Amino acid sequence: MSDKVLMKGNEAIAEAAIIAGCRHYFGYPITPQTEVAAYMAKKMPKIGGTFLQAESEIAAINMVYGVSSTGKRVMTSSSSPGISLKGEGISYLAGADLPALLINVQRGGPGLGGIQPSQSDYFQATKGTAHGDFHMIVLAPCSVQEMADLTVKGFDLADKYRMTTMILADGTMGQMMEPVSLDYEIAPPVEKPWATTGTKMERKHNIVNSLSLVPEELEKLNFERYERYKKIEETECMYEEYMMEDAEICVTAFGIAARVSKNAINEARKQGIKVGLIRPITLWPFPKAPYKAAAEKVKEVISVELNMGQMIEDVKLATECKVPVTLCNRAGGMIPSPEQVLEAIKKAAKGGTK
Amino acid sequence: MNTTSMLIAGFGGQGILFTGKFLAYKGLVEDKEVSWLPSYGPEMRGGTASCSVITSDTPVGSPIVSSPDILIAMNLPSLDKYEDSVVPGGKIFVDSTLIDRKVKRTDVDVYYIPATQLASDNDMPTLANMIIAGKVLAVTDGFSDESVNAALKKVISAKRADMLETNLRAMTIGAEN
Repeated sequence: MSDKVLMKGNEAIAEAAIIAGCRHYFGYPITPQTEVAAYMAKKMPKIGGTFLQAESEIAAINMVYGVSSTGKRVMTSSSSPGISLKGEGISYLAGADLPALLINVQRGGPGLGGIQPSQSDYFQATKGTAHGDFHMIVLAPCSVQEMADLTVKGFDLADKYRMTTMILADGTMGQMMEPVSLDYEIAPPVEKPWATTGTKMERKHNIVNSLSLVPEELEKLNFERYERYKKIEETECMYEEYMMEDAEICVTAFGIAARVSKNAINEARKQGIKVGLIRPITLWPFPKAPYKAAAEKVKEVISVELNMGQMIEDVKLATECKVPVTLCNRAGGMIPSPEQVLEAIKKAAKGGTK
Repeated sequence: MNTTSMLIAGFGGQGILFTGKFLAYKGLVEDKEVSWLPSYGPEMRGGTASCSVITSDTPVGSPIVSSPDILIAMNLPSLDKYEDSVVPGGKIFVDSTLIDRKVKRTDVDVYYIPATQLASDNDMPTLANMIIAGKVLAVTDGFSDESVNAALKKVISAKRADMLETNLRAMTIGAEN
């Protein structure tokens, strides 16, 4: 335990990225993720890395594109409105099959919104980040330790599948401090024969581009990309189950909402209600299997979210609408209280929502 | 299972977040599970600041403290805002130099410490927060130089090592008050 230090979630992400071999960070400040950039600004110059505060989010994401083309590990971070600005560049990264790590420490929206925690970019992260057919791998940490762990994992996945990984966190995850241990065995760098590293007159030029004007060829690229996505869906789903063995009611939540839900579940168990939690860690690919199993035995699924109901759509698909799926939520920067979740659980236990 | 939820609130600049960080580190050096969550609104020096700290023998669930076992109120708006949220049987620590009213609740233990006055009397005007922290430890965990020192070393950077002694002295003043 003695090697554990207290770190903010944002700082844990930055340090884990450095440990994972990231030496290039580009960003533009925005609350509540500014500590990522501040940490990088302090550390990168000391280890021969690059920290650059770009003139805008759009510039930053295109700098990410540039560095990724050379095969180096690279990242950017922002919060909700800033991620919207990066959307175009993210689509270009997808079109060019470039790996990168993106961090979204979400705040309430839409628009400029507020600066308090939110999960209202679930749709954006998992379904509609920008134009074109593509996905990102989306990881949802629920502790400072996971902020670090999933950063390391996120770089590995990005390199392995040549695509962007997003850490979808929120203001509480970014701002809170918890003990964290940063003891990682870092896998050796993945070979990137496609990278533009200079031919030394020994090989053909590598070209990194997302432009493809022949529809037959562009279709082929899309089909190939989705073959890769299929493999990711089959092999990379991550989730946690908590007290689901004998559960008659299933709460589902990610990130901070899962932490709040656990409090409520512990209290409900004390009151004799058999309730458990499914916490997706990968939001894309969405882990369908535990929901499919739950749908066979629980009488209701309660989706706890810091938005107007976004993940609930994936939950309904995964449970194939075999059981009622209800929403327990707050929005705009508010967080559901354990009492609110407990009330929803009690209501479900009485069968009141069927 | 033993979990303590603390809420520390006051003006920006009073060392609210630092106090929370110290209490969290004290939990950590005692091998407890801990969490620390600041309010991060557009607060700055002179505005209001608060922070939630939880120490527990089991993994911490939600890091948000809405019903504290311990409230440290370092200004009147904080006492007004959070007095009612303290759990029955909880403890409220009041900086009585800055808060001239009494706590209305009768179902909690209340400790009035003239922390700001004590800090200024002892030539440590910025350490009212640690004087109160000393009192909190004396009343709750028991005040031991060893774990306090270990935690202080974690929150005070090596460059400011000269502050260790002063902080410890502030806490001792609080503990003995």
